Amino acid sequence: MPTPHPQLTDEQIEALGRELDALRARVAADLGERDVNYIRNMIRTQRGLELAGRGLLFLGAIPPAWLAGVTALSLSKILDNMEIGHNVMHGQYDWTRDPALDSHRFEWDTACPGDQWRHSHNYMHHTHTNVLGKDRDIGYGILRMSEDQPWRPRDLGNPVYATLLALLFQWGVAVHDLEVERIQAGEVTFADKREILQAIWEKGRRQVLKDYVVFPLLAGPAAPFVFTGNLTANLVRNVWSFMIIFCGHFPEGTEEFSEEEVENETRGAWYLRQMLGSANLTGGRVFHILSGNLSHQIEHHLFPDIPAHRYAEIAVEVREICARYGLPYNAGPLGKQFGSVVKKIARLALPGRGNGSDEQAAPAPEPTRPEPRAPKPTPELVAA
Amino acid sequence: MPSLTAPRRLLASPVVDLLLGPHGIDRYLELIDPSLTVRDARAHVLAVHRQTDRSVTLRLAPNAAWRGHQAGQFVPVGVEINGVRHTRTYSPASSQHRAGELELTITLHPDGLVSRHLQSVLVPGDVLYLGEAQGDFVLPQRRATRLVLISGGSGITPVLSMLRSLCEERHAGEIHFIHYARTAADWLYRREVQELAGRHANLHVRYVATREGGERVSQASLGSLTDAPVAVCGPRPLIEAVHEVWGDPTRVLSETFAPLVLAAGEGSGTVQFTRSGASSPAGADGSLLEQAEAAGLSPAFGCRMGICHTCTCRKTAGAVRNVLTGEVSETGEQDIQICISVPAGDVALDL
Repeated sequence: MPTPHPQLTDEQIEALGRELDALRARVAADLGERDVNYIRNMIRTQRGLELAGRGLLFLGAIPPAWLAGVTALSLSKILDNMEIGHNVMHGQYDWTRDPALDSHRFEWDTACPGDQWRHSHNYMHHTHTNVLGKDRDIGYGILRMSEDQPWRPRDLGNPVYATLLALLFQWGVAVHDLEVERIQAGEVTFADKREILQAIWEKGRRQVLKDYVVFPLLAGPAAPFVFTGNLTANLVRNVWSFMIIFCGHFPEGTEEFSEEEVENETRGAWYLRQMLGSANLTGGRVFHILSGNLSHQIEHHLFPDIPAHRYAEIAVEVREICARYGLPYNAGPLGKQFGSVVKKIARLALPGRGNGSDEQAAPAPEPTRPEPRAPKPTPELVAA
Repeated sequence: MPSLTAPRRLLASPVVDLLLGPHGIDRYLELIDPSLTVRDARAHVLAVHRQTDRSVTLRLAPNAAWRGHQAGQFVPVGVEINGVRHTRTYSPASSQHRAGELELTITLHPDGLVSRHLQSVLVPGDVLYLGEAQGDFVLPQRRATRLVLISGGSGITPVLSMLRSLCEERHAGEIHFIHYARTAADWLYRREVQELAGRHANLHVRYVATREGGERVSQASLGSLTDAPVAVCGPRPLIEAVHEVWGDPTRVLSETFAPLVLAAGEGSGTVQFTRSGASSPAGADGSLLEQAEAAGLSPAFGCRMGICHTCTCRKTAGAVRNVLTGEVSETGEQDIQICISVPAGDVALDL
């Protein structure tokens, strides 16, 4: 259930928008060498971990070397995908005009082609955040993640699908832009998605060749250790990024929205939706880095193209703004937030709005919102 | 083009690309040394010196990825200032026959961020980013038996590159090198050119200070030289004067160093979509994205609110204003988000 909060007037929403615009302008004007040094140091660290990990796995017959190799390579992939790839591809460093930090050219060490990610994530998810029927990150077209998504018998498999998605997350992300649920629904055909499929095949093939064929072959007798090491590192990265990403919008208290609600939305209202629809993770500096600073999901959704290492500083002001407007600022440690996501996944496997399950019976639906929000079936999800 | 050495060939091979994919070898090598890259052309600064108060001369050592230039061409040169890479084009003054060195002489602009940085902040050991040499201001492969080389101000660099290249080719034909500057204090490369003349009897040199009584370009001052083909680089009035005196345009090879520069202006100006040839009139409403659409183009876009960077495209000239921040951009080439940009004066976009 969304956290209750006062309904803001239109004037308040616009004032909120102006404050956030001003905050953004202040940070944007201050960007410079410090930010470039930060991301380049991060890249240097990642490349170092990668080379160390690959090297150690060649000595994988020695168990501590294998373990150290897997750890280094897992960290490398996590940094590459989250703190570097995700953030660079958002355009956070486009202002540097360094081709190596250019959002449109950057590729990351994962199966999903950068171009498709830029579309499904930067545009679809970040523009339509938590809008049912438009934000395909709500359950990735596979899971039932909202009370407002009508229940279907196949949703009984919710926990199983979620586990599989976590284990295979890079492939889940890779096929995200295929919009499999729309193909199932007959809205689009495989033929329409030919180019997308082709790009996934090209990128995925190289990733598989690299991790599971060429590096093991190069290792000669150590091939099995390199193979299993690479597999484990990919798995660790998959599960970690799944956990962090699912804590961004699905913990208890985050809100979803209907397409009607966001029609003709102003910039202020867009900001408000980002705040109400996102949740932060609390933790130390290393944790924030390993989460790609998605632990500051609220700040990231307000300012997706501001360098993510700035979010911790920005968060102080965003918290203060939220407090002043009486808005919730959903934050908690990973264990608590992910626990509530797991509960939600399990609860929504069952029909209804989930009120009668392991959660306490919720009060009447959203008493703080003046207009009743009847569940609005979204055509895409009903049709399947 | 210098051939790759065996280790560099290995580094640039498809297997290494696969193993170090998706980033590629250069993104690893540059962490050891920014100029170790095998594909990205870069150069170390060897020396920085000031020939005159209004110029700075850089001696550079390009890496093996540098494919060289033809005398007269210009090169995009990038320098990082406070985390931002700024690219300007300069014509090398060095001979085209020396791929291992590159010499640039840059005129200072009082408000020029880049030229001031190159003059006062850059030190030997710094790295500059090179693009590919471009431009048709080059001598024909068949060298003329009698040739006039004319330059004005900092337009001397491509012409000097021609002169140095011809000297290294032991070109036997008569060469007349004439340089115009406002005052003798502004003369560039005088000593170097005199030294060349000392070694090459076929080279005749004339340095002219136009504000100190020196004769400008005219039939009277040039005499029979106007019968020979001429290569001229400098400000527009100099080019025009040479054309007038020479008459026959087929014997004049010219370049002016003021490419399309559109000043930042108030209100909205004309928008040129250079790739499609379409345009949008001054005073048109809406963002550059909307103007492009109104002109019949269909650029990529996403959020239309400055979030997703899908619509990012190259502005080749002119300034734009960001409607969210009110900030006016620089006038040079850069990538902009067209959904939140409006023209600030005339603009050219690569669309």
